[in-house]
This record gives sequence, C-alpha cells and structure tokens, in this order.
Amino acid sequence: MDMDLPLIWAGLLSLGVFIYVALDGFDLGVGLLFPFFAKDADRDVAMNTVAPVWDGNETWLILGGGGLFAAFPLAYAIVMPALYAPFTIMLLALVFRGVAFEYRWRDKSHERIWDTSFVFGSFMATFMQGIVLGTFVQGIEVDGRAYAGGWWDWLTPFTVMTGVALCFGYSLLGSGWLILKTEGSIRAQAYRFATLTAMGTFFFVCVVSLWTPLLSPEIYARWFTSPTIYFVAPVPLLTLVVAGFIARGIYKQIDSIIYPSTIALLGLCFIGLGVGLTPYIVPRAITIHEAAAPDSSLMFMLVGALIMLPLILGYTGYSYWIFRGKVRHGDRGYHS
Amino acid sequence: MLEFFDAAMLARLQFAFTVSFHIIFPAFSIGLASYLFVLEALWLKTDNPVYLRLYKYWLKIFAVGFGMGVVSGLVMSYQFGTNWSVFSDKAGPVIGPLLAYEVLSAFFLEAGFLGIMLFGMDRVGKKLHYFATSMVAFGTLLSATWILAVNSWMQTPTGHAVNELGQFVPGNWMSIIFNPSFPYRLLHMTLASYLTVSFVVGGVGAWHLLRDKSNPEARKMFSMAMWMATFVAPIQIFAGDLHGLNTLEHQPIKVAAMEGHWHRQTGAPFLLAAWPDSEKERNSFEIGIPYASAIVLTHDIDGETPGLTDVPASDRPPVGMVFWSFRVMILIGTLMALIGIYSVWLRWKGRLYETPWFQKSALWMGPSGFVAVLAGWVVTEVGRQPFTVYGLLRTSESLAPVDAPAVAASLIAFIVVYFALFGAGTYYIIRMMCLPPDGQGPQAGKPLRAAGTTPAASMTPTELVGGL
Repeated sequence: MDMDLPLIWAGLLSLGVFIYVALDGFDLGVGLLFPFFAKDADRDVAMNTVAPVWDGNETWLILGGGGLFAAFPLAYAIVMPALYAPFTIMLLALVFRGVAFEYRWRDKSHERIWDTSFVFGSFMATFMQGIVLGTFVQGIEVDGRAYAGGWWDWLTPFTVMTGVALCFGYSLLGSGWLILKTEGSIRAQAYRFATLTAMGTFFFVCVVSLWTPLLSPEIYARWFTSPTIYFVAPVPLLTLVVAGFIARGIYKQIDSIIYPSTIALLGLCFIGLGVGLTPYIVPRAITIHEAAAPDSSLMFMLVGALIMLPLILGYTGYSYWIFRGKVRHGDRGYHS
Repeated sequence: MLEFFDAAMLARLQFAFTVSFHIIFPAFSIGLASYLFVLEALWLKTDNPVYLRLYKYWLKIFAVGFGMGVVSGLVMSYQFGTNWSVFSDKAGPVIGPLLAYEVLSAFFLEAGFLGIMLFGMDRVGKKLHYFATSMVAFGTLLSATWILAVNSWMQTPTGHAVNELGQFVPGNWMSIIFNPSFPYRLLHMTLASYLTVSFVVGGVGAWHLLRDKSNPEARKMFSMAMWMATFVAPIQIFAGDLHGLNTLEHQPIKVAAMEGHWHRQTGAPFLLAAWPDSEKERNSFEIGIPYASAIVLTHDIDGETPGLTDVPASDRPPVGMVFWSFRVMILIGTLMALIGIYSVWLRWKGRLYETPWFQKSALWMGPSGFVAVLAGWVVTEVGRQPFTVYGLLRTSESLAPVDAPAVAASLIAFIVVYFALFGAGTYYIIRMMCLPPDGQGPQAGKPLRAAGTTPAASMTPTELVGGL
C-alpha cells in the first residue's frame, strides 16, 4: 500500500501546532491579561492556574520546530532564516516568561520585576507568533533551496496586524481559561476581559478574512471562485456560529462554553490559513512534497508518533484532570 | 580582527554560547531527577522523614533548574534552522527523526508528569506521586539517550546514504542510532550528570555540616554524595578511557589534538602542559610523562599514536582549546576520585561529618562537575571541527544565508538575556541551597532570606561557592 506520508505528516504537524495554540495560547493569554488584575492576590491565583501545565503546553512548540525539521527539513531550512528575528525574539521572550513562573515565588521582594518579565515575555512571544502566522499567509521569497529575501521582509502592515490579532485571540483564550478555573472576583474580572477581548478578536477575524484574499490572486481565487468556494464557504459560516456561541456564553455567564468555543474559533481561522497555504509549506514556493524528508525518515517517525501521541494525549489529559476544578487563594503547591 | 567575526564565526559562537549555557541545566536535572527518585523510594521504603525533607528541599531547586532547562532547550530546537539551515536541510532526514523521538518520548513525559511531581503531593496518592517522579527521571535519561544518539551520529556517522540533492538519508536506523561512539558517549555523559549532582549535593551538605555537624539531613545528603563519589568517580574514569579509545579508532585526529601530538610517533609521552603552535606545527613548550600516552592509548609502551600532521592543516581542529579543556576535565575527574577515596577513610575512622577541611574541600568541589562537563563537551565538539558531520560535511558549508550583523545582534541579545535571567536563576538556586534542609525553611507568605542572616554564617554564600 502506498501512503502519502508527506501529507500525513503535514496533517500531524498542523494538529500539533493547533494543539499548541489551544494550550499555550491560554497560558500566554493569562500573561497578557496579567497587568489588568486589580489585586496582587488575584495575580497569584491566575498564575497558579497555569503553573502545573505551562511547560507541557510549551512542549508542543518544540514538537512544531522539531517536527518541521524532521519531516520537512527543506521548509525548516528556508523558514527559519526568513523569520530569523521573529523566532529569535519569540524564543528570548519565552525565556523571560518561563523563568518568571519560578522566580516570582523565590524572590518576593522583586516580584514586580518578574511579573513584568512575565507580561513582557508573554506579549512579545504572542506578537511574534502572530507575525510568523502572517508571514505564512503573505509569502516568503525563495531561490533554489534557500531563503532569498532580506531580514526585514516579514515586517509589513499585514503581519503587524496579524500579530495584534493573535494577542486578542490568546487573551480571549486566557479569559475563557480563567473563567473555567477561578471563582469570585477573579472570575468576574475574567468576564470583563472576555467581553473586551472577544470584541477585539471578532474585529480582527473580519480584518484578516477581508485582507488575506487581497494579498494574492491565488488565495482570492480559492475563496471566491467555483468549485473551491463550495468547499471553503462553510468556514466563514461556522465562524459566525461559533462567534455567536462565545457572545452568548459571555452574556449568559456560562463558564464552560467560552474556552472551548474560542478554541473552535481559532481552529476555524487555522483552517482558513490552511486553505490559502495548501499545497505549499513555504507559501507559494515549496510544496509539502518538495520539502518532505524521504519516506524512510517519515515512516520511521510515523511509527513512533502513532504509539507516542495517544500516550501523550492520555497522560497530558490525566494531568489536567488531576488539577481540575477551581483554583483558590492560598493554593500554593510546593512553593509554600 | 574584523574578518575573524564573519557570519560563520558568529554563528559558531552563538551556538557554542547557547548550547554551553543549556547543557548545564540538563546535566543538573538528569542527575537530580534520579536523586529525587532515590530519595522518594527510600522515604516510601523506610518512612524516615529525613528522606521526605530532603526530597522536598531538592524538589524546589529542581523546579528552578528544570524551568531554565526547558526554555534554554527550546532555543536549541530552533537554532539549527536559524543559523545552520544548510546543515538542517542536509542532515535533517537523519537527525530530525531522532530529535522528534526525543520530543515525543521524553519531553512530553517529563513535562506531563512534572506538574504532578511539583504540585501533586496533596492531590494524588504516595505511589502515584512516586510514579510521577519515576517518569520525570526516566524522561531525563531518555532525552539524553536520543540527543546523544544525534550528537554521536554527527561524530561517527554510520547507517546513512547520500541522495542526489546532497542530503544524508537514512539507510539503517539501528546503525544510525547505535553508531560507534554512541554507547560510550551515553555512558560517559550520564555518569557525568550523576557525578555533577553528587558534588553539588555533597557541597550543599558540606556547607550545612560546617554550620551544624549534627543536622541529620545534611549528614544524610553528604553521606549519599560521598558514596557516589567513591564508586562513580572511578567508574567514570574507566568509562572515559573507553570513550577515548573509541575516539582513537574513529576520530584519531581529535585524539592527536587532545594529546597535543603533532607527529605520528611510537612511545608517545602524555603531556601535562604544552603550548601548541598551529603555525609551526609543534608545541613551543611541553612537559610530559614519557611513554604514558602510548601506554594509555595502545596499552603498549612502544605503541604508535596518531599525529595532527597525518592530515592537511585544513582538516585539523583548533588544538589549544581541545588540549587544555581535556586537561581541565581530567584534573577535575581525578580530584573527584580522590575525594571519594578519602571519604571512605574518614567514614571508617568515624570522622566523615566532622573534618572541617574535608567539608571545605567538598564545598569547593561543589560546582566542579559543571566545569568538567563543559570542558568535556568542548573537547568533543571543538575536536570535531572543521566538520559538523565528521569527515563528510564541513562547518563552513553548513551555514544559513544570514548576514553577519543579524547573527551578531542576536548573539548579543542571547548573551545579555542569558546572563541576566539565568544568572538570577543561579542566584536563587544558591540562595535556596543556603537554607538549612531541616524542614524549618521559610513558611508560606514569609519572604525568603539569604543565608547571610542565619546566625552561624560568617561568609556570604557566593563568596564560599567561589562567585559562581
């Protein structure tokens, strides 16, 4: 039997990146909302909702980088130099926020510094990830097997806009997560955050949807001409439905609906991005099949992935289950 | 001078800097996770609260170290692409899947169970918590296994073919993973992590014994650390020798650089000190032990050993750096073994905990494992030059098409951020180490205080640890 291994791996990697967005998205989002809490004690609780899970969430980003390297080495070799500055800044930003999880508890007299580091790191990491996503829509200049553009090609009004858009998206995810995990005054604040960030997110989803087709005739054709229009038309329609769910969840204060609906909303945006990108992995330059490692590499990894991924999802889910329920003031884990 | 800092040199400096910083944390967490695994097992078995207090004490330190390892490791997984994209394109089909296996089998395992290990003591049963600790410890070892398979393949590549695009493609995965230098490197590095942590634990134990020689936790950790030094340090010397012989077989020029030998010769001396001069292809000064190198490397007093001039100058690594790092590593290994042996004598005499000069020595040796690990990696990585994939792909042909100013700017950013943030982390770790491990540590809500305020301390911790 001949399997289309590059396609399978493109699917698995997309899934991995999407799980990353859904999971690290909320803890980055909590970082973005951090400065807006009224009380210091609320900040402690907010951070404790993500402390047991953040590094597991970030592991999906390592899978994204490592998986791209392994399955599509040519794409990795082109994309990384093309996005040199955004990736470098993102990685440094993740260092700033990652260390804050421990340091702020170890050094209460400098808590402000580490809170700032947490907020700044979360913001820069999110913004740069938005720029990376925007660049995947906008295109990357390639010559032969290498990046051929300049250092600043990634910086355009469009990518800045997608950077801001992702900040709103992650903030909404973070609000939805805090609503799930907290009670009392923090939950009430999280609802106010959710209202504002949902409005921002809806606005930017519209802007991205209208702007993207204008970037290239190929993308335009895919969204607006027959026959592809029939396949892609459900995406914006479903987006409207999901946005309705989020609005209703916030209005009626149904705690359990906002976070999952936001994941669905970002998932639809992700599919929309995929519609524009397929069959390329480096936009409009290198296809999935051109960039793929040989089948022997892909097959070897597939065996491992099929065994390991269900296990990973199993014990990750189990860990979330152990830390289920609302986090309260005074829950400090091993920090006490 | 300015030509020296071209994009290639800057990219190498950046990789060397970020990977050197990074390796400190895994070396620490591999050993410490196993130590925690042992402590919790002993607690469950004996119900002795000393083990539980030690577990909790070292768990907090582990959490900070592990966090720094995660974020500095994330940088590494992208650095291959940003600065070494041609290498990534060419070697990706072989080493990429091994890295993917590392992420899938090890990183997720560690991260998935770390939350339970750190925060779950009140939420899950004792056995399940112990299972979480075991999984984290197992994950760190598994991670080392995969990444060392990658590194070893770059040193002694086997099991691959080269396709029409010039990419290395997998032939036989078993021979790629179990390449000739892999078993030795894995053993040597794992033992190095264990020794490093033993000396950290021993150093911390010694510090607290110097304040209070009756402290039961301090006695316990010091004793455990000294047993490790007694048994593991000699095993490590033996494992290092095996690794060296393997290198002699597969990378003889690296061994010539380690030995500072310019010419193929019989009955070669082991040089204690030398000043290698690459221009003149000789050492401008040297002192050595006659025949010692021949005996160690060939087990024959008249054995023949390789020289750097066996290959053209363009195929030789930088000699001085390899030569001196090797000596630093050997010196530290020897001191560790001496400490271990002497501890047996003191233990027999019943003075293990009350010999201040010995505790002070152990304290000074506390950070020595990190120095030895870094020195060892410099030997093997600089010794691999001028290749990324030994003998097959040159470092100069592995580079990304990125301009020097971009690499320079990111290098400066990494240096500034790493020193500031990981410096702070190291400071917090040292501060935690200065708190007594007696369960009387800081209570919830109270700010942590440096040990400078504990009554008995006459020196600040950083002075004693040697300004780490």
